[in-house]
Amino acid sequence: MKTEDTAHNEGPSAFAQAAELELRGVSKLYPGQREPAIKELSLTVPAGEVCVLVGPSGSGKTTAMRLINRLIPISGGDILLGGESVLEREPKALRREIGYVIQQIGLFPHQTVGENIATVPRLLGWEEKRIGERVDELLALIDLDPAEMRTRYPSQLSGGQRQRVGVARALAADPPLMLMDEPFGAIDPINRARLQDEFLRLQAQVKKTVVFVTHDIDEAIKMGDRIAILREGGVLAQYDTPQEILTRPADSFVAQFVGADRGLKRLALTTLAELKLIEPNGLRPDESADGARRVPRETSVRDALSTLLSAGGQPLTVIDGEGRVEGLVTLTLVEQLLSEEAANANANGNGNGNGNGNAADGG
Amino acid sequence: MASVSLAAAGPVIPDYSAQSSSCVVHNHLFCTDWISHNFSPILWPALRQHILLALAAVAIGFAISMALALAAHRYRRLERPTILVTTFLYTIPSLALFELLVAPVGPNVFSAEIALVSYTLLILFRNILTGLRAVPAEVLDAAEGMGMSRRQALWRVELPLALPAIVAGLRIAVVTIIALATIVYTIYDAGLGVPIHTALGEGPFKTELIAAGGLAILLALLSDALLVGVQRLLTPWARTRAS
Repeated sequence: MKTEDTAHNEGPSAFAQAAELELRGVSKLYPGQREPAIKELSLTVPAGEVCVLVGPSGSGKTTAMRLINRLIPISGGDILLGGESVLEREPKALRREIGYVIQQIGLFPHQTVGENIATVPRLLGWEEKRIGERVDELLALIDLDPAEMRTRYPSQLSGGQRQRVGVARALAADPPLMLMDEPFGAIDPINRARLQDEFLRLQAQVKKTVVFVTHDIDEAIKMGDRIAILREGGVLAQYDTPQEILTRPADSFVAQFVGADRGLKRLALTTLAELKLIEPNGLRPDESADGARRVPRETSVRDALSTLLSAGGQPLTVIDGEGRVEGLVTLTLVEQLLSEEAANANANGNGNGNGNGNAADGG
Repeated sequence: MASVSLAAAGPVIPDYSAQSSSCVVHNHLFCTDWISHNFSPILWPALRQHILLALAAVAIGFAISMALALAAHRYRRLERPTILVTTFLYTIPSLALFELLVAPVGPNVFSAEIALVSYTLLILFRNILTGLRAVPAEVLDAAEGMGMSRRQALWRVELPLALPAIVAGLRIAVVTIIALATIVYTIYDAGLGVPIHTALGEGPFKTELIAAGGLAILLALLSDALLVGVQRLLTPWARTRAS
């Protein structure tokens, strides 16, 4: 059967193991051009992690992504997916094993949502029954009612729904790797934040290896387990965790790219739940401190700081999902967090081998 | 010329002796009794020939245009020469083209079809190519990125999406060819042009002229409506925009 050549024989409800992706000295030189678009790019994305490629325009981030599924032929180096070179694979078979999401989504307007999602399973020759089950499962996964949405056409969906269907279509054949090229770039800021949160929840469930391209450093910090910052000419400036990049940018280019507000951005990486909150002295579990605002424990420290400032420095009450009080957060607590981080950064030593794009560090 | 000799051959108002009603004899605007007497022997065969002439021309023209459009879609440099040739064919006056073909091919159905087909090419080629080119780049990128071959992308994505433009071209071609086929009679004795020409004789016989001409118009309108229906059936996705 044709399904044998894919990595997922467990049936519709299983999500297969993600695969490690390794780029080894990858270069791309377009014919007739002197300077390469990608220069000696080496990085490893551990299985199940989200790697964000970010950089200014001309940094070759989309090119780098399209080299992986061989939509653009590689000029030098090698790309290994699950330890196997993609250069030895038949390009069409390779692409069917790699989920592909683009900014303009590219849903087929003449096909229903169900048919769109079924694209790769059909190419792989799955049985109709298995395809139907898979479509329903994926629609449920992206919070769309299968019975209602399966037979709709893309023109009948909202922008956000289309984007979710695009993600479901990429997940359909349960690929070990997903490539996402500015997937939320065309969505308005409010819906973008919602789609980002939704994707992170989805990713926690399916645990794919993801290569995510964006030009937006805030999105990179939010979405990435690791961030690869590319500079013009396709040179890797830094490959590290968001925390490391914000705390110790490798050079002035990275520092400038992540922005002068990188301290604030770092606060966005921590939620109140991770802080040692102040005991709500004398407060009964469901009571607020007098005059204090209530914020959920999932709030980022950055947002909490903003609320603290607009509340004139009054302490905030942190509540859990059921509305019970967990503790208080104050400006002093945020200050403490900052000084602790600064101390950690100094203790670890500065500028120690972060700029060479080696995946081994920063883990 | 062929047309002159044909015109001289038949009587202006057919002499049906005992059958001729006073309506026919006085050449009133529309005599239903003439229609009922002559539908089977004259009008129906002419209509059937007309349908076959047009159908064959559009079918052959569509096959050629599709092949040319697919080639030009893949190799862009083929577009200009194809446009040039088909435009040239389209601009040749129809009567002249019919007569020009008689010398090499003969006064037969082949001359008629060659002429009719050559008038479909420009319309069909342009519409098919426009339809194929209008497929959004991101849709093709997605198709390729998900592992479709060129052929799969063509059949599953490009042609279905080009369908509205293709049918639009077919509608123009069909209506044009049905009208044009009425002058096939100048070189080949077939189609609704034959009774129209007979009726035109000396002092036109109004009933036959209106009946044969009316059938040609009706045939064009019905074919057009049929194609609209086919398109609606084949492109359900194009109707759902408003909801």
